[in-house]
Amino acid sequence: MANLKDLKTRITSVKSTQKITKAKQMVAAAKLRRAEERATEARPYTQRMEAVLANLAASAEGNPNAPRLLAGTGKDETHLLIVATADKGLCGGFNSSIVRLAREHIVKLQGEGKKVKIITVGRKGDDQLKRLYESLIVWKANFLETKQIGFANAHEIAEKVLAMFKDEEFDVATLFYGKFQNVVMQVPTPQQIIPAVAPQGVETPELKGAVYDYEPDEAEILRALLPRYVAVQIFRALLENVASEQAASMTAMDNATRNAGEMIDKLNLKYNRARQAQITTELIEIIAGAEAL
Amino acid sequence: MADKLHFNLVSPERELMAADVDQVDIPGAEGWIGVLPNHTPLMTTLAPGMVRIKAGNDEKHIFVRGGFAEISPAGLTLLAEEAMPADELDAEKIALRVKDAEEDLADADSDEKKLAAQQSLDRLKELQAAL
Repeated sequence: MANLKDLKTRITSVKSTQKITKAKQMVAAAKLRRAEERATEARPYTQRMEAVLANLAASAEGNPNAPRLLAGTGKDETHLLIVATADKGLCGGFNSSIVRLAREHIVKLQGEGKKVKIITVGRKGDDQLKRLYESLIVWKANFLETKQIGFANAHEIAEKVLAMFKDEEFDVATLFYGKFQNVVMQVPTPQQIIPAVAPQGVETPELKGAVYDYEPDEAEILRALLPRYVAVQIFRALLENVASEQAASMTAMDNATRNAGEMIDKLNLKYNRARQAQITTELIEIIAGAEAL
Repeated sequence: MADKLHFNLVSPERELMAADVDQVDIPGAEGWIGVLPNHTPLMTTLAPGMVRIKAGNDEKHIFVRGGFAEISPAGLTLLAEEAMPADELDAEKIALRVKDAEEDLADADSDEKKLAAQQSLDRLKELQAAL
């Protein structure tokens, strides 16, 4: 019976798929651990920076000469969306959910009559967004050739964004990325990076009555700090994105492996039934033949 | 001197050093700053250069480029964009950074930026000469 052979081929094929998903799951688990470590290692810098910035931003508040990166351009017309996704698939709904969030945002902004520009970071998000908004994408970056995302990568993106801001190509920049909550939860998150939102609720060191001296001066430091803060925020988002991607991939591949297992069981049952049926038919034929003699 | 200075050196990618030391000399934007325990709170930008860390009879040199120093009663924190132990630094790496700085200078479009670029270039050349 041809059916038997078909079933056998299908079982083998599902089995090899299962091997792939299983391997990918284990790779993702290993990468996740590293990604989480890197995100943790980067935390002290971000925290210190936020503390310094919170301190300075408070004193710059209401100052008409406050740097534009903090105060904004005073307009709210053109929005820049930086959509950070992964370069690779096989990670469930991770990329799509970030893109969906960005798309909702775009529709809302366009509904309000605002102009939208997009920078895509990561190939998958780019693939999905360019189907709808090809003309809005002004720049794209991906890390296909980068083994490990370093600060230099974030810096490059930040430079581009800052150059655009300087040329007044946009008023507000928002970064979209997958925030890493834990292994089963990755939340697509929008984060406004320009004008900078002064971090809230960070601890500032107790000065015991003294005040900071500033060298060169406060405004100068703030001016130097803000562009770096943009880069740091992008860097953190990229690191969290990597961790989220691996976590999502791990979960998705775990599910896929389990599904493949169930499918193999079902196919095996079918195969055995078919084989049994064939044997029975053969027996009946033999007996019928013997009786006829 | 019983007091120790708590010193932290962090780069965007990780914390490079956390220790209690006696003195740290940092290349501030407006000149060298020798930081001893109980220094007055201070915040400054960094010029490229060597950070000298003294703990007991030990002296460590670390090259930093770009970033901030924050001195508070809790200690000294260096937020360096790039940091590298002195013994890993060689003429080639310095030359690369001198070239970068020269490009920065050429790209600078305002007097302020030109000044800053010139300053870091001078510091780097100084370092290059010293090596």
